Amino acid sequence: MTSSVLALPASGTGALRRHPLVQRYAPIVTIVLALIAIWYVAAVLMNLNLVRDGFEREETPYTVSDLLAGTMSAERPLLPAPHQVIDAFVDSVFGYAPNAPRSLVYHSAVTLSATLLGFLLGSLLGIALALGIVHSRVLEKSLLPWIICSQMVPILALAPIFVVVLGALGLQGLLPKSIISAYLCFFPITIGMVKGFTAPDPMQLDLMRTWSATPRQVLSKLRWPSAVPYLFAGLKVAITISLIGAIVAELPTGGEAGIGARLLAGSYYGQTIQIWSALLAAAILASGLIALVDLTERIVGVRMGARP
Amino acid sequence: MAMQMPKSLKPVDRRATLQADGGAPFAALTEPVRMNRIADATAQSGSLPQRLAVDVRDVSLTFDTGDGKVDALSNVSLQIAEGEFVSFIGPSGCGKTTMLRVVADLQQPTSGTLLVNGVSAEQARLERRYGYVFQAPALFPWRTIEKNLRLPLEVMGFSDSEQQLRAARYLALVNLTGFERKYPWQLSGGMQQRVSIARALSFDPALLLMDEPFGALDEIVRDHLNEQLLQLWDKTGKTVLFVTHSIPEAVFLSTKVVVMSPRPGRIIDIIDCNFPRQRTLEIRETPEFLRIAQRVRVGLRAGHSYDE
Repeated sequence: MTSSVLALPASGTGALRRHPLVQRYAPIVTIVLALIAIWYVAAVLMNLNLVRDGFEREETPYTVSDLLAGTMSAERPLLPAPHQVIDAFVDSVFGYAPNAPRSLVYHSAVTLSATLLGFLLGSLLGIALALGIVHSRVLEKSLLPWIICSQMVPILALAPIFVVVLGALGLQGLLPKSIISAYLCFFPITIGMVKGFTAPDPMQLDLMRTWSATPRQVLSKLRWPSAVPYLFAGLKVAITISLIGAIVAELPTGGEAGIGARLLAGSYYGQTIQIWSALLAAAILASGLIALVDLTERIVGVRMGARP
Repeated sequence: MAMQMPKSLKPVDRRATLQADGGAPFAALTEPVRMNRIADATAQSGSLPQRLAVDVRDVSLTFDTGDGKVDALSNVSLQIAEGEFVSFIGPSGCGKTTMLRVVADLQQPTSGTLLVNGVSAEQARLERRYGYVFQAPALFPWRTIEKNLRLPLEVMGFSDSEQQLRAARYLALVNLTGFERKYPWQLSGGMQQRVSIARALSFDPALLLMDEPFGALDEIVRDHLNEQLLQLWDKTGKTVLFVTHSIPEAVFLSTKVVVMSPRPGRIIDIIDCNFPRQRTLEIRETPEFLRIAQRVRVGLRAGHSYDE
């Protein structure tokens, strides 16, 4: 009898719960909603004193609901409410021509170009260093300590030096920012690719040896394809770091353009809403870039016969 | 073939000592069955003008591991004529795999001389005189079956049409036509090992080195592949050196069984099996087969020390 009950088509909430879309997105949506709720509560709590002080300074009578409404719409809140950030974001993205200096699209494009160039330079440098390290003991011993050291110096301290030195050499604008970004992002690629180039099974290496393959053939036919999964693991870390590098590089350049410049200008003038909407733009940019690397990885995976 | 076993029933084999001491070639050894007919033939340079495919004289190999030296091979001498099927059998650590690797120039002997096809092992490797089949298929997972077969041909610079031709021919030889576009993970273990055998044959080497190629397969598949391998050997007339743990497999396949013993790795017996070249699994029930298997077992037991 129980079996006949179980055999019945599921109904009501049970069916909804088992719907593939619900199964897939329910956890994510739940977390997002929870975070937004926490954000609202935090916004009320953090802005409460600010708003109350405002009312008292102007000696206007206020109620609790006035107070709450005030925390949601303050001009320079300590913590802007989510809808304020969204409003400002939508306004600065769609409210201006894409090349206007107040448009977030313009600033994002400036940062994105530095990010992509930096990512490209960093990836090439990272792969080249890994190749050197794998093929030469001497290079491994001489380079690896410096590579690790390079990542211990805070980029915030290094970025201004880079900008000044490169500026003295006549380099300005895109290139110094890309170089700082590349400086940050080559590291995970080097580490990943050293691992990847040495990933082939000893048996596979022996096989190549029995066929007396040249070192170049071993690289192109064995080491390089073996390293591809490691390459993408490195690229995924590198692409976000190169975005951070580009933003950090925009801070000491005087804040003319770019997401970093918006952050800097926002903090000068206490425009917290502007800071948050710039952060939102950076987050969207980062997720877009990672999605792009992910997609490339999937396409390459299919072409290399990966198990579905 | 006279079978005189009582002496070798004792754990310490006189012949082994003889070899370890003086490194006398086994042609000079006492037992009649172990008289080397190839050596005789070449000495008389008469009726049987057989060339040596592999000529090992006094080869020793010592590994320098962290905690002391290990004698993987100790004064090993062995002559293998062209067209022979020689099995190496013995407990783990007896140096049978090392023996194969030395012939393949994947490892260099500490002392002694070694000729493959009349030239040094390194020269033979550079001239691509042998195909090597490892314990695992060691296929390249990002290549289709056809591309895997073509890999050695690519390395050796065969023309595209020739690659295509040979891939098709050798896939047919191991009964895998139709699997060209599949990836290795889509094939069973036995099929993968057949691909690796086809790959070793694809450039038509005169010598085939096989290191426990069927070790990981179940009994039925192993029997089947044994028969296929015998047919292949009969058809192509190649010389095969075959490492195995299985006594029936060794006796069934070989024209000669080399029994080895560990610590130090040495040859303790060489047994001729003169079954017709075309044989079926049924011969495993014959008294002759069982007699030879028994002799291999006795040799193995003599060289095996259980007190470790």
